[in-house]
Formats: sequence, structure tokens, C-alpha cells
Amino acid sequence: MQNHKSMDKRTPGTYLFSFILISWFLLVLLTPLLSFTPNNVHLEKILLTPSFHHGLEGLLGYDDLGRSVLERLLSGAKISFLVAFGVAFIALCIGTIIGLISAYIGGVWDHIIVRLIDIFMAFPGILLAIALSGLMGPGIDNVMIALCVVGWVGYARLTRAQVLSIKQREHVSSARALGASHIQIISKHILPLIISPLIIEFTFAIAGLVIAEAGLSFLGLGIQAPESSWGNMIKEGSQYLLISPHLVIMPGLCLLLVVLSVNQIGDALRDYLDPKTLVYSRRVGRKNTGRKR
Amino acid sequence: MFIHFLLSRLLSALLVIFGVILIVFLLIHLVPGDPIEVMLGDSPTMADREQLRQSLGLDQPILTQFFQYFNRLLHFDLGESIHSGRKISEILFPRIWPTVYLTLASLFVAIVIAFPLGIMSALNKNTMIDKMAMGISLIGISIPNFLMGPLLILIFSILLGILPVNGNDSISSIVLPALTLGTALAAILSRMIRASLLETMTMDYVRTAKAKGLSKYQIIYKHTLRNALLPVVTIIGLQFGALLGGAVITEMIFSWPGLGQLTIESIQKRDYPVVQACMLLITTTYVLVNTLTDLAYAALDPRIRLDAKS
Repeated sequence: MQNHKSMDKRTPGTYLFSFILISWFLLVLLTPLLSFTPNNVHLEKILLTPSFHHGLEGLLGYDDLGRSVLERLLSGAKISFLVAFGVAFIALCIGTIIGLISAYIGGVWDHIIVRLIDIFMAFPGILLAIALSGLMGPGIDNVMIALCVVGWVGYARLTRAQVLSIKQREHVSSARALGASHIQIISKHILPLIISPLIIEFTFAIAGLVIAEAGLSFLGLGIQAPESSWGNMIKEGSQYLLISPHLVIMPGLCLLLVVLSVNQIGDALRDYLDPKTLVYSRRVGRKNTGRKR
Repeated sequence: MFIHFLLSRLLSALLVIFGVILIVFLLIHLVPGDPIEVMLGDSPTMADREQLRQSLGLDQPILTQFFQYFNRLLHFDLGESIHSGRKISEILFPRIWPTVYLTLASLFVAIVIAFPLGIMSALNKNTMIDKMAMGISLIGISIPNFLMGPLLILIFSILLGILPVNGNDSISSIVLPALTLGTALAAILSRMIRASLLETMTMDYVRTAKAKGLSKYQIIYKHTLRNALLPVVTIIGLQFGALLGGAVITEMIFSWPGLGQLTIESIQKRDYPVVQACMLLITTTYVLVNTLTDLAYAALDPRIRLDAKS
């Protein structure tokens, strides 16, 4: 069905995208060591275009307050990394546990959780996140809470579907017959089998979350000035589109490259980790395989 | 049998809408501190506060509040705006058409771009054309609309000067918002169309058609495309939610006076009853569209009904 290069046929594209992602990780890890000042105002350099004349700091130009675009991009990279990985991980844990409970215990719990999943899926994802972070107030913690509330559903649905089929398999019945405890069955006989689709879901979730965080910040509901996020940089920059398009293009390019790389790596991972067992579910197109019960 | 499927889908849609109402109702209790203080802002008098508290029913136990809220909704009473004091239905009503207009226009853009792209890549599988088309669609998926919007404005309004930046006064003003909102869907759709076509091409009846000596054109248009389109129609229905969600951001970029803009403006004004009403309207629409898509699909393809029954 898919036509992407698998990981064992490594292409220049895969290398390039991996390189971009690794640089993203490294930059985030190294930012505490770099002495940079994304909020420093240089009044004489307001709206300067990218050039080599102002050293590394001015490489990508200056914004409307005379702050270095490069340094603000780096600090935005940190924010989007924190939010994306933080939320994806928390949502992964919550969603997997809920999905496990639903499928493994079954009965009334399953019914309740399935209804709950249906209800959360009924909201267009970004809309619920917008409302939640709008009501709770801006700030990185509220953004993360809002995105977790929206994000757990995908994992829960995926885990439930996987566990439902795996718990019927012979190896699980044998383990049970041999007297294995529920914890043992789940951790040794079920979880290892559902981990690959979860990893793939996690990867695509990262792309979605980077966009979502930037989107919320773009709307003014996420990261607030003076703290920089790629989203609020695009928002501030779009007021100066006519004279300084670099203020939108630079953060936009970062966003695009990171999201593109994550999506591409996700595609490669999906081909690499057996695609047949996969109920592919992605925030944007997640209902495209499983029909409703 | 179709009646059975119809009733069960409608029932589950109603249940979901009930749950949505519950969540939207609970949203107002998420506001940190006292929602009344937050909504009224600085220095409200005690009397003002109590009056608002009473009119929103916030002085009642939470269960009573919910049933009152639900009861009012059943009578199509959405309450009043805190900011302007007008009835919310009056505020909401003129905002519906611009959003519908924008969503339909984006859907049109998506279909016009996605079909040629998807069909072209499926027919030229693994060639340069296919790779380029899928590359473009991957970029389309990865560009968020709040980046696409400003970029389109930069190209078409500022550099070329052929399209207006914002507003909703002429036909040309829909072009940029619809392109912004439609491209992401176009990207997803073109991949689905390609995958669905490729899958259909491996079917036995296509081989039979080839063996009969039908021309390539006949095979594609009479045998493959029609069968491949069915799942694509479902995807369009399911992606409608992403479109509605994306409309919120797109409307903000282009000052498009629709429901999305109203939602964000109301969040900024802390006019929470209006936010709730917008959420309800958008989400209910999405649920209804989804249910209709499911039903249409089942009506067209009996296998779905049998599946659902077992």
C-alpha cells in the first residue's frame, strides 16, 4: 500500500531527515551550554535582514524588537521539543494504560472507555485543544495539559484494538494456564507485541504536536511573549510580511523541516516495523482503517 | 437490515452528542479560580457578580446545572453572551454561512488538486512522476495552515498583488483562505486515492478486464476508479473534522468572519458561554457529517452493514 523506502534501503532522503532530527535533539541538549540571549533587544538592528555582517547572532536577521532571529529559533526549538516529546510520552502512557484496561478487563469498563474514546474523537482535535488552553489560560504547562487531553485517545484506541486481538491468541491462553499473573501476561506476552504500532503512532504524534503547539502559540493561546515559540514567531512576523518576510520564513522553514523529517522517519519506521499488524491511526487520518464497532 | 444499522448508528451518534454536551458543559469549570471573576474582569460589584452567577446557574449544584443546561439546549436556547448581552443564537447565526462557505470551498480545492495528483501517481507507480507527486503531498501534509496562509499572502497578495489579503467582500477573497485550508486535505486525499487505486488494481476483476482485452482507459474509468472511490468518499467525510478544526486558524489568519474567528474572539473576551456554543455547534456538525458518511457508505456498500452486524 505504501511506497516508501524501507530502512534497509537507506536513501539520501532518509539520511537528510535523520540528520535534521538529530540536529534538533542536539540543539535542544546543547542550548543550556550555549550562552545565548533570545530576549536581548538591539534597537539599532530592528528588522535587519539575514546577513553575514553581524556575526552568528545576526545570521538569520533580527525581528521587530531587534532580537536575534537565530537565537529565538533555537529557544523555540527547545519549547517545541519539550512540548512534543513531553506530551507524546505522557499521552502514550495514559492512552496505553486506558486501552489496556479497556481491552484486557473488558466488561463494563470496556463499554465506558469505548464511549469515552468515541466522545473525545468527536471533537476536531485542534478545536478541543484551543478551547482547553483558551479557558485554562496561556503558558507551556496548560498547553501540555490541553494537548494531553486531546492526545491520549489515539493511543487508547490503538492499544485497545491490538490487545483485543492479542489476548485471544494461544500464547496468552497458555501463559494463563501455566499460572502467569495478569502483570506477567501484560508485560511479557502482550506489551511486547503492541510496542511497534505504538512507536509508529508516537512518531506521527510528534509531528502533529509540533504543529499543534505552534498553532496554539500562533493563536496567542500557547507560549507567550517574550518567550519564543515557532508559532508566536510566525504570528509576530506576519505583521511585517511586506518588509521582513524572513520573520515568517525562518520559523516556518524550521517547522516545516522538523515536521517533514518526523513524518518521513515515521513512514520509514512503519515500513520497517511490520506494517501488517498495524491499525494505523494518526491524528489527522486516524479513522481511515478501523470501522466503528 | 439497513434499518437496524441506521438505528444503531443514529443511537450511537446521539450518545456521542450527549457526551460532547457534557464535556462542553464541564469546560467552564476548568477556568482557574472563579469563572465569574475571570469573566467580569476588574472590580465588578457584588451585585453584578451574583447576578451573573445566577443567570449562568453557577450557584446551583453541578448536576442541577448540567440538567438545566441540557434542558435549555433541548429548547435551542444557547443562553446569552456575557460580553454584549445579546442572545447567543443571534450572534452565532450570521457566522455559520461564512464557515460553511469556506469549508465547502476548501473541500472543492482539495478534490480538484487531489484527484489528478492521486490518479496520476497510481498510474505511474514508482516512476519519477509518482515520486514527485507524493513528495509534494508530503510537503503539503507537513505545512501547517498558519504557515501556508502567510506564505500565500506573501506570494499572491504582496509580491503578485492579485488577491486580497483578507475580508469577505468579493469572490476573490475566498481563494487564499480556501487554498490555505484545502491543501493539507488535498495532500492526505491524494495519498489515499493513490493507495486505494493501487489496491483496486490488484483485484481479480481488473485482471479479468485486462484479459478481456479492454483498453487501459476503460479499465481505469469503468472498473478501477469507481471502486476505488468509495473508500475515498469516506475519508472525505472523516477528514471534515480536520477541516473544521483548521478553519478556526484559517479564519483568524484571513479575518474571515466565521465560527472559528468567533470562537477565538470569544476566548479572548472570556465570553465563555459563546465559546461553549461554538464548540457545540462545530462538534455536533462533525458528528452528524460522520454519521451521514457512515450511512451513505453502508447504503452503497452492503459489506459494511454485514460487518457491523457481526
